Parts: sequence; structure tokens; C-alpha cells
Amino acid sequence: MNWTLALPEIVLACFGMGVLLFGVLRKQDSTLLATMFTIFGFLVTGLLVATGLPGTGFHGQFVADPFSTFNKLLILVGASFAALMSLDWNEKQGIGRFEFPVVMLFAVVGMMIMVSASNLMTLYVGLELQSLSLYVLAAFARDDIRSSEAGLKYFVLSGLASGLLLYGVSMVYGFSGTMDFVVLRDQFANPANISAGLIVGVVFVLVGLAFKVSAVPFHMWTPDVYQGAPTPVTAFFAMAPKVAAMALLLRVMATPFGHLLPAWQSLIVIVSIGSMALGALAAIGQTNIKRLMAYSSIGHMGFALIGLASGSEDGVRGVLVYMAVYVFMTAGTFACIMSMRRDGKPVEEIKDLAGLASNDAGLAMALAVFMFSLAGIPLMAGFFAKLYVFLAAVKAGLWTLAVIGVLASVVGSFYYIRIIKVMYFDPAGEKFDRRPPALSFVAAATGLITAFFFLFPTPVVDAAQLAARAVFP
Amino acid sequence: MNAAGFPLLSLITWLPLVGGAVILSVRGDEETIASNARWTALWTTLIVLVLSLVLWVRFDPTDAGFQFVESVPWLSDYGLGYKMGVDGISVMFVLLSTALTPICILASWESIQTKVREYMLAFLILETMMIGTFCALDFVVFYMFFECVLIPMYLIIGIWGGPRRVYSAVKFFLYTLTGSVLMLLAILAMWMHAGTTDIPTLMTTSFPPSMQTWLFLAFLASFAVKVPMWPVHTWLPDAHVEAPTAGSVILAGVLLKMGGYGFIRFSIPMLPEASAAFAPLMFTLSVVAVIYTSLVALAQEDMKKLIAYSSVAHMGIVTIGLFTFNEQGIQGALFQMVSHGIVSGALFLVVGVIYDRIHTREIARYGGLAERMPGYAFVFMLFTMASVGLPGTAGFVGEFLVILGAFKVSFWLALLGGAGMILGAAYMLYLYRRVVFGRITRDDLRAIMDLSPREWALFVPLIVLTMWMGIYPSSFSVFWEASVAAMVKHHQAAMETAVKLAGVIN
Repeated sequence: MNWTLALPEIVLACFGMGVLLFGVLRKQDSTLLATMFTIFGFLVTGLLVATGLPGTGFHGQFVADPFSTFNKLLILVGASFAALMSLDWNEKQGIGRFEFPVVMLFAVVGMMIMVSASNLMTLYVGLELQSLSLYVLAAFARDDIRSSEAGLKYFVLSGLASGLLLYGVSMVYGFSGTMDFVVLRDQFANPANISAGLIVGVVFVLVGLAFKVSAVPFHMWTPDVYQGAPTPVTAFFAMAPKVAAMALLLRVMATPFGHLLPAWQSLIVIVSIGSMALGALAAIGQTNIKRLMAYSSIGHMGFALIGLASGSEDGVRGVLVYMAVYVFMTAGTFACIMSMRRDGKPVEEIKDLAGLASNDAGLAMALAVFMFSLAGIPLMAGFFAKLYVFLAAVKAGLWTLAVIGVLASVVGSFYYIRIIKVMYFDPAGEKFDRRPPALSFVAAATGLITAFFFLFPTPVVDAAQLAARAVFP
Repeated sequence: MNAAGFPLLSLITWLPLVGGAVILSVRGDEETIASNARWTALWTTLIVLVLSLVLWVRFDPTDAGFQFVESVPWLSDYGLGYKMGVDGISVMFVLLSTALTPICILASWESIQTKVREYMLAFLILETMMIGTFCALDFVVFYMFFECVLIPMYLIIGIWGGPRRVYSAVKFFLYTLTGSVLMLLAILAMWMHAGTTDIPTLMTTSFPPSMQTWLFLAFLASFAVKVPMWPVHTWLPDAHVEAPTAGSVILAGVLLKMGGYGFIRFSIPMLPEASAAFAPLMFTLSVVAVIYTSLVALAQEDMKKLIAYSSVAHMGIVTIGLFTFNEQGIQGALFQMVSHGIVSGALFLVVGVIYDRIHTREIARYGGLAERMPGYAFVFMLFTMASVGLPGTAGFVGEFLVILGAFKVSFWLALLGGAGMILGAAYMLYLYRRVVFGRITRDDLRAIMDLSPREWALFVPLIVLTMWMGIYPSSFSVFWEASVAAMVKHHQAAMETAVKLAGVIN
């Protein structure tokens, strides 16, 4: 048994327990140190992931391949940004406790297991570890009624989705007699092994996972949870779990159920169209920027799913490029949102951004870059993300999906450019408070990456290509 | 490598961004920043202009292919690369862009007083994107520049525009974006079919006729909005009226040409059969544009709106010329585009001059300006005549050639297209009479000042160009003669093959 394959997860879990002990035993407030240790842990894990060897271990339950490496690195980057941004916010909001980074860390361990799962059981274990940690995070501001509501809502609906997923897993197991991804794939290569009950099981699995990526029609929790949860948690939700769930969806659909493409393709197409349309249309009426980002993330998941719907290696590559770009854009956008603070209190209405360009040109420019990028305007990173998924769709001949997709991106661009309009064209309001250096750092770093992605797209695309090849054995 | 021995086109394209970075790095109080930004922007654009004149001198007009070609691998898969180059058709548009930008900077010298740094930055970014659009030899690279133009223009209209600027900016953005995303899908389809996005290769690739139809429609969605053709022209009057003067100049001078350039670079050579099949539709839309918008222009009360509608009419002449598929028509269309770029840009500057003084564009507010502003009246008259198409000015050559080309296609097309010239004379002369002639009735007009030296500096180069193009047109048309001849030959060859194929099948 080759347990070193799971070394990054093991090391990270040990880090988590170490930080927990440290926080409990130390008498004075240790939030800062705990967060720093956590980020250090992410860094060490990232190095281990990047240098780790590929292979399958734990009796085929766990796999390390370029696909898992790509996604794990993205998850770690997203989580590090979120942890960094949470420091100052939590302190100011009076929720600065050392448990915060610890819970976040365990969620990341869960996500990494999800990404590496090559058995439906491992998948579920990872998913639950992640979800339990996320419930706690969503309700972390326990004295705030909206945060508690977000936590509870997320718990109930997510529990339902996990139940559906588990039900689907049991049906797949019942009709095929195995939970191993590779064995499942080999079985389905023969059409005689495909039964109606199995398809029902696959649909349930798909529903459970669609909930986790907040795709229409399983998106209902997203706006409330995004708005209610403390903003660093929202930022975290928008990045790491999305990457993990999308990776899971890709792997499950491509590896074990790859031969069932005709069965699930139309479902993904419908989910994708629904997400894009709802993300574009429902966001128009929003006045709260966190809610707007929730709808925007629904829309973006729809765009990413275009790649999956193509059911090809190019499609998976497109999704991975999309998620990579999405993590950076989202991190930056949330850094900007967290900088919106007046008289010590956070503000989150879009109209609070009025005239930001004259008060704080740097922040306005960064947010404008993110908005143009989210809208998919060329030269920004978001354009390349869309380019690759649409390329896959066109190659697969999914014209309806592609045309609806580009039109949805036009509708979506309306509300992104509205934010730019508010910042640049409207008369200036009151200034925001001084922002902490961590937020400036995140906004500047991700802003530069987003704006100048066009100079170095090849390494990312090549890595995604390699990763995509791994899920099509 | 290329004739100049170093990547001249990339230098011209990206240099404005360097200027932009310099502007961003300026520190100090507001006055210092504003003044530094103005001078940096002016010098940057002038250097770019001088460098682009090297293109003019070193360009070999006898060569119909692409020159100054440079190529760098970029997104490696499927033969997509960063590739730049110009032929006789695009080199003129590059020069048009580099010539108009410094004029725009100079025109904004005093009228823009708020956020000067951002304004100049937006213009420099815009220049990079415009030049890039015309130089790109890779379809995806072209698309990126083409689309990215929206960002600075949106900001220019929305921040420094008139009272309804937000509405106009958003309308401009969404209209053009909708068209272009459909084109993106067409580009992806061509990419899949041909395995490359290299423009010279795509020009010689033949696409199946059924695919051509869809591709043509997708291109039409994008370019028709940009040109703009009737009935998707409605964003243009709004955008023009609300944009600051320099924004209007660039919009009319260069941005509209991107649509025409798109037709001549992509639709016609790459999709010859669909272009021929859709030519009647294009003629109909163009003729409607010419006649209908001319009549609309006649009824306008706002000077900028009037000139905006006249732009739609003039661009209608351009699309007629392009789809005649003969040398006269296409050359005329190209000439018309370049001359319209200069003349309509100048007309917007002319309006800007009195707008800066009286702060209204309402035609009825003026009258009798000739008394107080003889210099202005002269400049205005010159450009009015050029717009009308008086022989000896730039406007005449293009319209004449297009009508000549249209005659070869159909008498009625030439007649209806020619009606635009008559209507054009009507609304332009009517405008001129109401603004410049008559008696001064308002007090503020009695104290109005004639052109300042800075304003003369704006107009003199434009006047020289207008006259030069009118009196000795071949020094401009020589650049594209070879390219256009090759293009017409290519089109005819493609059509003959299509006919033969049809014969074989039948």
C-alpha cells in the first residue's frame, strides 16, 4: 500500500490538529498565529502536492494524478487568499477566534480528498468532511442572526443533497456491484451492463453534485448563504468548495460514467443553460453586492458546465482553465468587497461604491478589472476562460448551448458594467476606511494576474490539458 | 522577420500603453498631473504617428500580400499565434488611427478638465486597441483587440460625456457586445474547420456553402452594428451626442471603419459565395440607410446628431461599394472610409469648437457666425463641401467610384445610392446656412471668438489631407490597388469554382 500518495492530506490534517492544540493550550488570543500557521500549512501542502508522484493507493480508493494536482493547488490558493483576507475582518467584526482557520483547514482536507477520490465511498467521506466544516464556517458569526440563518439553511439543504447523492451511490452500487471508478468504467464499456436503475442512480449523483456547485435548479441556497455568511467565509465558499465540487463532478462524469455520456449530456446541457440564464437575469435586480456575486457565481458555474457538456478532453480542459481564472477573479473581487467599510462597519450595497474612482482610484481600477474580466471582455483573463469552454462546445457541435451561452454573457455583462458605471460615472459618496494591507495585497496580486493573463496563458492551459487527459483513461 | 528588420507593428501598437504607464506613474498635485498627462499623451501619440509614417514610406504598394509580418507563438494549440502584418487595405486604417489620435488629444486639451489623467490613459489604451485591430493577422487576436476597444470607449462616453451619457454608454456597450459575441462563435467554428486562425490561411480556405451562410450571418451581426447599418444604427446618434468631442471624432473616424474593415477583410474574401448570395440584402439595407437616414438628418435640431446620421448614410455608401465586388466599388468604399474618417472627424471638431464656447449643440441657438468668426466659417464650409462630395475634396472620389462600381451591378442601385449625395448636399448646406449665415440675434454670439491657434493646429492637417485626397487621390489609392485587385480576382475565381461545382453536381 502506497500511503505516501496521501502525504499532502496527512500533513495538512496533522497541521490542523497541531494548530488546534496550540490554540487551546495557549492562554492569550492566538488568532493571528493560528492563521499564519494555517497558511504555512497550505504552503507546505502545496509544495508536497506539486512535487508528489502520481499513482493509485489505498486499494484503488485514492488517486493522485495531474488532475488532482491541478485542482488541489487551486483549492490551496483559494483557501490561502480567503484565510489571509479573513484576519482583519474577523477581528473587526468580533469573531476573531483561532478556530476559524482550523475549521477552514479541515474543510480543505475534505476537498483534497474529494478531488483525489477514485471510489464513490472516498468521494462521500471527503464531501462530508468538507460540508460539516462549511456549515460551521457559514454560521461562524454566531451572534448575527443572518449568519446563523445561513448556516442552518446551508446545513439543511446540503444535508438533503448529500442524502440524494448517497441514494444515487447506493443505486449505482446495487446495479453494478462496485464503487471503484475504474471498474465501473470498464463495466459500462459494455452497453449490456447499463440498466435503467443505474441511470437513475447516476442522475441522483448528478443532482447531489449539482447542488454543491450551486447549479440551477439546485441553487436556492446560494444567495442567502452568500449574503448571510461573514464575507471572508463567502469568499472562501466562492472559491475553494466550488473548485472541489466541480473537480468531483468532472471526474465522476468523465471517469466512471464516461461511457454514459449520451445519458447525462442533455442533463448537463439543461443545467448549464438554466444556470447561465438565471445567473444573468436574476442578478440584474440585485442591490447587495454579495448577493450579486452569488448570482454571478451561479452564472459562472453554468459557463464552466458548458465544457463538461461537451464531454470531451477539450471540454474538461476548458472547465479547468475556467475554474483557475475564476478563483483569481473571485479572490480579487472579494478583496474589493471587504475593503468597503465605513466608520468601522462593513457596507455591501452597490450604491455604496458610488464615485469610488475619485475617492480611491486604485481600488476602483482593480474592481473594474475584475468586473470586465467576469463579463468576459477580451484581454482580461475571463475572456480566455470563456474562449476555451466555447471552443469545446463548438467542437462538439453544441450550437444551441453555445449561442445561449454567449447571449447570456452579454446580459451578464450588463450588471458587471453597471458596477463600473456606479464607480466611475456617479458622483462620489463618502470615503471608505483605510484598508488593511492584506486586502490591498490580494486585490493587487489577483488584479495583475487577471489583467495580464494574456501574456502567459500557455502554462495554465498546458497544465489543464495534462489534467484533462488524466480523467479520460 | 520583416522589411524594417524589427517588429515595427508591435512597437506602434503597444507604445501607447507605455505612455499610459508613464502617465500612471506621475505623482504630484492635480494640476501637475493633468499637465503631465496631457503632454505625455501628446508626445506618445506623435511618436507613434512618426513611426507609422515609416510604414507609409517603407510599404511596397506593388505587393498585394501582407508586409511587416511578425509572428510569435502564443496559445500554442491549433495554430493560434500572435501575428501582425499589414497589407494595402489595412495600412491606411493604421495611418488613419495614428493620425487622428494626436488630434483628439489636442482637441481635449482645454475642454477636459476633470480626471485628465484617466482620460488620457483611456485614449492611449484606445489607440493601442485600434491599431492592434487593423494589424492583427490572427483572427482571435483581431477579435480581442476589436472587442477590447469597448472598454476605453465605454469609459470615455460614460465619464466625460453629456447629460445622458450613462444611457448612451451602456447602450453602446451592449449593442456592440451582442454583435461581437456571435462573431466569436463563428470564429471558433472557422477555427475548428480550418485548424488555424491565421488570417492569410483562412482567406485561401474554402468553407462549405451551408456553413458560409451561418458564418456570414454571424459576421454580419457584429460588423453591421459597428458600421452601423440600418436598422441597428440607433446606438450611434446617442453615443455621438453624449460623447465628448474627441470621443466622437474617434468614434466616427476609426471605430465605424472597423465594421467596414471587417467586411472587406473577413466576410468578402473568406466567404465569397455567401457574400455574393447576401449582396442583394446588403444593397437593400445600404440603400435604405442612405435615403432614410439622410431624411432623418434633415430633421435634426442637434448638430452632432445630424452629423451622426450623416455618418450612417455615408457608411451606407461604403457597404454598397464593398458588395459590388468590382475594383471600382471596393476601391471607392475604401476611399470613402478613409475620407469619411477625416471629414466627419473634422466636422465633429467643428461642432466642438462652438460647443466649447456656447455649451449647446442646438442648431437654432446659432446663426450669423460668419460675421464674428470668418476663419471658422471657412473651415466649416470646407468640410461641409467635403462631406457633400464636391469635386476636389476627399469626399468626391470615394462616392464617385462607388457609384461607378454600383452601375456595373445595377442601374437602380447606382441611382438610389446617388440620391444620397443629393440629400447629403441638402442637409449639410441647410445646417451650414442655419449656423453660419443669417444675422446674429443672441448676445453671447456677439462676443464669440474666432479659432484659437490651438484650434487652427487641429484643423490645418485635416484640411491639407482633405484637399490632398481630393486633388491627388492616387497617392492614397496606390496603396490598396494591388491588394484590391488580388481580392477581386480571388473572389471571381471562387465564384467560378462554385459555378463549376454546381455544374458538376447538376
